[in-house]
Amino acid sequence: MLSIKNLHASIDGKKILNGINLEVKPGEVHAIMGPNGSGKSTLASVLAGREIFNVTEGEILFHGKSIFDLNPEERAKEGLFLSFQYPIEIPGVSMVNFMRTAVNEHRKYQNLKPLSAQDFLKLMRDKKKLVDIDSRLTNRSVNEGFSGGEKKKNEIFQMAMLEPKLSILDETDSGLDIDALRVVANGVNKLKTKDNSTIVITHYQRLLDYIVPDVVHILYNGKIVKTGGKDLALVLEDKGYDWIKNGNY
Amino acid sequence: MSNKANKTTDKLVALYEDNKADLFENSSDFINQERKIAIDYFKKTGIPTTKNESYKYTDLEPVFANGYTKFFERQKFNVELNKAFQCQVPNLDTYTVLFSNGWFYEKNSEYNSLPKGVILQSFQKASKEHPELVEKYYSKIAKPNDDSIVSLNTALSQDGFFLYVPKNTIIDKPIQVINLLRSEKDLMVTQRNLVVLDENSSAKLIICDHALSICRFLTNTVTEVNVGENAIFDYYNLQKQHNLTTQLSSVFIRQKKNSNVLTNTLSLHGKLIRNNVSILLDDEGCESNVFGLFLADKDQHIDNYTFIDHAKPNCHSNELYKGILDDEATGGFNGKIIVRQDAQKTEALQSNKNILLTDNAEMNTKPQLEIYADDVKCSHGATIGQIDEDALFYLRSRGINEKEARMMLMYAFAHEILKKIRVDSLDVQLIDLVESRLRGEFSKCDFCNYNVKAANCPK
Repeated sequence: MLSIKNLHASIDGKKILNGINLEVKPGEVHAIMGPNGSGKSTLASVLAGREIFNVTEGEILFHGKSIFDLNPEERAKEGLFLSFQYPIEIPGVSMVNFMRTAVNEHRKYQNLKPLSAQDFLKLMRDKKKLVDIDSRLTNRSVNEGFSGGEKKKNEIFQMAMLEPKLSILDETDSGLDIDALRVVANGVNKLKTKDNSTIVITHYQRLLDYIVPDVVHILYNGKIVKTGGKDLALVLEDKGYDWIKNGNY
Repeated sequence: MSNKANKTTDKLVALYEDNKADLFENSSDFINQERKIAIDYFKKTGIPTTKNESYKYTDLEPVFANGYTKFFERQKFNVELNKAFQCQVPNLDTYTVLFSNGWFYEKNSEYNSLPKGVILQSFQKASKEHPELVEKYYSKIAKPNDDSIVSLNTALSQDGFFLYVPKNTIIDKPIQVINLLRSEKDLMVTQRNLVVLDENSSAKLIICDHALSICRFLTNTVTEVNVGENAIFDYYNLQKQHNLTTQLSSVFIRQKKNSNVLTNTLSLHGKLIRNNVSILLDDEGCESNVFGLFLADKDQHIDNYTFIDHAKPNCHSNELYKGILDDEATGGFNGKIIVRQDAQKTEALQSNKNILLTDNAEMNTKPQLEIYADDVKCSHGATIGQIDEDALFYLRSRGINEKEARMMLMYAFAHEILKKIRVDSLDVQLIDLVESRLRGEFSKCDFCNYNVKAANCPK
């Protein structure tokens, strides 16, 4: 599914990623954990195609093809989805218009006809139910005036609408109370199939109680310094990041 | 005045002198008296140059220097205007008034059935049939000797519309004034409108400005509006002409106690547009909402000048202008607010936000607050920026292509002004119109459908 080889990236000349290697197979859930500033969000942004980052070395293969020549919208249509750590508020753009445009762009890419208004609204209804998002939210402008929890739920709703092959959840748990966390995690779990994969980026182990990973990576100073099973997250929770920072792992 | 400006001014004064007989013959003594004051002032001050603080962003001399035809008598129409022109806004049910080259179309009255007591007629006719009303309000807030563009209008104008809404009368539908410009030669049009709303009345005006022939048009329009106690007045101006037109529009509004006013100036197309909106809050408890949206590309220029005069206490004004400038387009915003010594508990908010889509587009913005009272709440702010890159990336990351994503963001930016429209279905229609403007699909008018043949004009 995804193969990252020796990835180096920088912003404004400052090196953030220093040789990342990562293999994600269909159906797998990977967690990437690490202290603040370790490069977690940069990795997510580089994968999604944010142009402010400069890839200086390495490659990213998605379904065997390099994604460096693809712009963000093409990556999305190839099946890559980023759930933002800080979803953007866009006053004046309605959720319905936003999602209809996005879904139909995906369909066009797959040589499918655009959905009729009726079919689209039915799809919205079904997915809202699936991820348990308040109906009122989708009648508003994109994220405008949403609470932190509502914004994160909205990300999962968009994920449900677009049915990506690989989802990257960037700090989806940050700023969530336990109820919202459960709803978000539930949504992610319901969308799970044997063919799609998920990368969960998080600072805390808490989310991994709900979204159980197959593999856990620890990112530090722009490099994956340790990889293990789901128990690694528990060790990290127990020992804290100083364990990593002190190099005693 | 520069030599060039002097020469142009002289030409305009000569135009007045040469046609004085026609001008005077069809107007009342009262109006002709105002003409004399106005032309004297215009002679003295001339066309405003960029040295004039209020006109520093717009050079009007080259515009007036172009030779124009000017008609001093009502033109005969060889087509039935109401058949030639049909506004096809679905569900927009209005009292429609047509104008051709600044003259009130004489058949308008045949298809209007306004509430009892309401007067909606040609200004020239009103000045004869209702002199007491006209003389009480004409040239009072749009003074003949203050702004020389207004002076020129006062000196040369002959027609326009007169609207009178009696006490306790609510006009159930909006009044839509459709200004059509049609000519075979470059043409100057001078239009003068007067609106009087008596106590506790209500009216909504939608002014649509169109140019049907591919000629240079220069319109200099002045509208005076008196809003009585407890009255509600909406003024929407849809400016949609073409790349050879110059539009000078000055609106003066005086508000009485507890009145509520909304103006929304939507400048969608024109070579040069200059809007003056001047509001006098002349009694307590007034609310003014002053909005504007301007979209310009190529070498178009749009300049909005607003003056809000808080003369009395406990009034509230809320001003928001937004602009998007593409290519080499230029824009200006000058928002003057005065809070007089008397005007305690004033609340005055002002904001001007602009997006420049290219490095060559230029915007000048100047808030100008003078506050002489001590217990007031005033704020102002201006921004000039580009499309929000974070928002753009967010939309693209969902598979929306860059061009479409930019469109959605521009549209969202403009939407803040459009949602302030207080006329049902006008907002929906304008949303579509603005979207097609932003997409560059503006060769034809979707708002209205006309089948008057366009002429090619000699200069």
